[in-house]
Amino acid sequence: MTNQGSPLRDAFLSALVALGLFAPMVGLQTHVGAHGIALVPRPLAVASLVGAVFVLRLAIRLWQGRRPAAGMSMMAGAAAGRIALAAGRARRFLVPALLALALLMPVVASRSTLDLGVLVLTYVMLGWGLNIVVGLAGLLDLGYVAFYAVGAYSYALIAQATGLGFWSCLPAAGALAALWGITLGFPVLRLRGDYLAIVTLAFGEIIRIVLLNWVSLTGGPNGISGIPRPTLFGLRFTMTDEPGTFAGFFHLAPSSAHRLVFLYYVILALALLTNWVTLRLRRQPLGRVWEALREDEIACRSLGINITTTKLTAFAVGACFGGFAGAFFATRQGFISPESFTFMESATVLAIVVLGGMGSQLGVVLAALVMIGGPEMFRALADYRMLIFGLALVVMMVLRPRGLVTERKPSVSLGGAARAIPAALIAEGRS
Amino acid sequence: MATATAALLDVRHLGMRFGGIVALDDVSFTARRGEITAVIGPNGAGKTTAFNCITGFYRPSAGGLHLTHADGRGFALAAMPGHLIARRARVARTFQNIRLFAGMTALENLLVAQHAPLMAATGLGVLAILGLGRYRAAERRAIDKARMWLERIDLLARADDPAGALPYGAQRRLEIARAMCLDPVLLCLDEPAAGLNPRETAALDALLLGIRDQGCSILLIEHDMGMVMRISDHIVVLDHGRKIGDGTPAEIRADPHVIAAYLGEDDESADALARAAAP
Repeated sequence: MTNQGSPLRDAFLSALVALGLFAPMVGLQTHVGAHGIALVPRPLAVASLVGAVFVLRLAIRLWQGRRPAAGMSMMAGAAAGRIALAAGRARRFLVPALLALALLMPVVASRSTLDLGVLVLTYVMLGWGLNIVVGLAGLLDLGYVAFYAVGAYSYALIAQATGLGFWSCLPAAGALAALWGITLGFPVLRLRGDYLAIVTLAFGEIIRIVLLNWVSLTGGPNGISGIPRPTLFGLRFTMTDEPGTFAGFFHLAPSSAHRLVFLYYVILALALLTNWVTLRLRRQPLGRVWEALREDEIACRSLGINITTTKLTAFAVGACFGGFAGAFFATRQGFISPESFTFMESATVLAIVVLGGMGSQLGVVLAALVMIGGPEMFRALADYRMLIFGLALVVMMVLRPRGLVTERKPSVSLGGAARAIPAALIAEGRS
Repeated sequence: MATATAALLDVRHLGMRFGGIVALDDVSFTARRGEITAVIGPNGAGKTTAFNCITGFYRPSAGGLHLTHADGRGFALAAMPGHLIARRARVARTFQNIRLFAGMTALENLLVAQHAPLMAATGLGVLAILGLGRYRAAERRAIDKARMWLERIDLLARADDPAGALPYGAQRRLEIARAMCLDPVLLCLDEPAAGLNPRETAALDALLLGIRDQGCSILLIEHDMGMVMRISDHIVVLDHGRKIGDGTPAEIRADPHVIAAYLGEDDESADALARAAAP
């Protein structure tokens, strides 16, 4: 950003681009009148926006001109670096604080906030599951939603066919998802980077389209309804207090909040299980080899590591947790249809992993809060909330292209505290 | 034949072609147990191609590669999957352009190399997650071995530093240590002295001689002729995919074919001659 002609000319060009963008987007408003929809021009709004862009651009250029050595992006980068450093110091308190908050949520939060919490935790769990595949093993998977769908439909179909409850079906849902992970893994293992991404993307779509068209099994677009809700050691959550229900057993007034709180703790426990297994695996040979695979596949082969089985295990473990999350989704909703398992879901979960910082468990939590909680929080801003959200993501990618939490903690050390490894050295698995 | 000079790796009529390009043409040589065998030749002679065939990265178009362990077990390397050549036949290698796991620490690099014994102790990974089984002891042994190698390559103080942040010479040594953590019978080194200063090269000489004396044979590709002449027991010379010389360092130094190949092809020598001729 050094050689762009005079600041005035630059500001004028920016204003011109703004005019081109805002004239159709902001300048025309549809208005429902007596004779159908009419277009109402809003020249004043456009003019003020274009003027703001002109002034802002001019100000930035003049400010840059005053300090030629330190450009805007460098200053911002340094600021981001300081933030990261502070975050590193705060990490020790951040994790217990977040955990305590998560545990106390049902006590302090309102119903709608708790509902949002369940949603965020579902995505945290999906993010942690995908983090195994993308963040640790470095295999770019754009079809993670397929395993989510397999888990949800497995639970729904098994429960309908056998009458078993959520807890009996959960392992089966995870196992079936893992099986599909291996099934997908076999043919695509020789692919890398972009090619792998394309095949996994296609796999996600195939699963969705099969669910949509296999009407006799899945109900097609009508989905499956009446999926059994989860029970607490056999106690059902209903609006009555007859024997065998939660309210009846504990002599409480029946309330729909009980089930919500229970669902919240179920997904919290499932998510923490995912996290625990991942953290344990990272310190085991298997997890270490996943990371080695991300760093250098050819070196792994020269060390006698079977790349095929290593990739398969990463796919299977990641898929298994996706399946658990899917089963939970099915039991929470009570109804599933292929519409819930579109590519958008895969993209959201991948965005959470990338925004969080690939391979970082804490990053996934922060990113899920931002990505899922953010748009909900700003509902008051109506139409502008997605615009602001998109802008925030772009700013993020400029300031911290490697995600929120970028460094990597060594899995083992020779005495003393393990020092974090800076992001610049870590491969992203696109070799 | 005495065990000290028994054949370890027998390369027979090895051929490798990529489409119409012949990279290796009927190359045969033997690497003997307990020796350092150097493979030299001008750039593009096919040295690295031969290495890639031996270590399973390429499947040879023709010929055979036969490895014999000290206990008499034989391995037909050309027919084995790449990772089993390292794990079962115990042939380890390093790379011309260093291939360490840059984002992992020196210690982690050495532990990844011990994956097979560690994985065997984890009980399919499940017991290790729960912290059960023999895994703890196995991990302690693996760390001890890694510590021993870090000490030997003088990197113990930097065990917890990321491999990518180490100086170039240290990365070269770490890659050798990582390969040695496989307990190989044959260590294939692709230009280990490239980019090292004379002091580092001397340390490398000592390291390689030490590795040879502890019973691991070495196959070495190297352009540093001083080092090759100092430490090799046996030299094989390749040029344009063919073997043009085979013998002891003294024999190779006197071989007219080898001298012709080097004087004809080596840019540095040609430059030196040109400078000498100019006023």
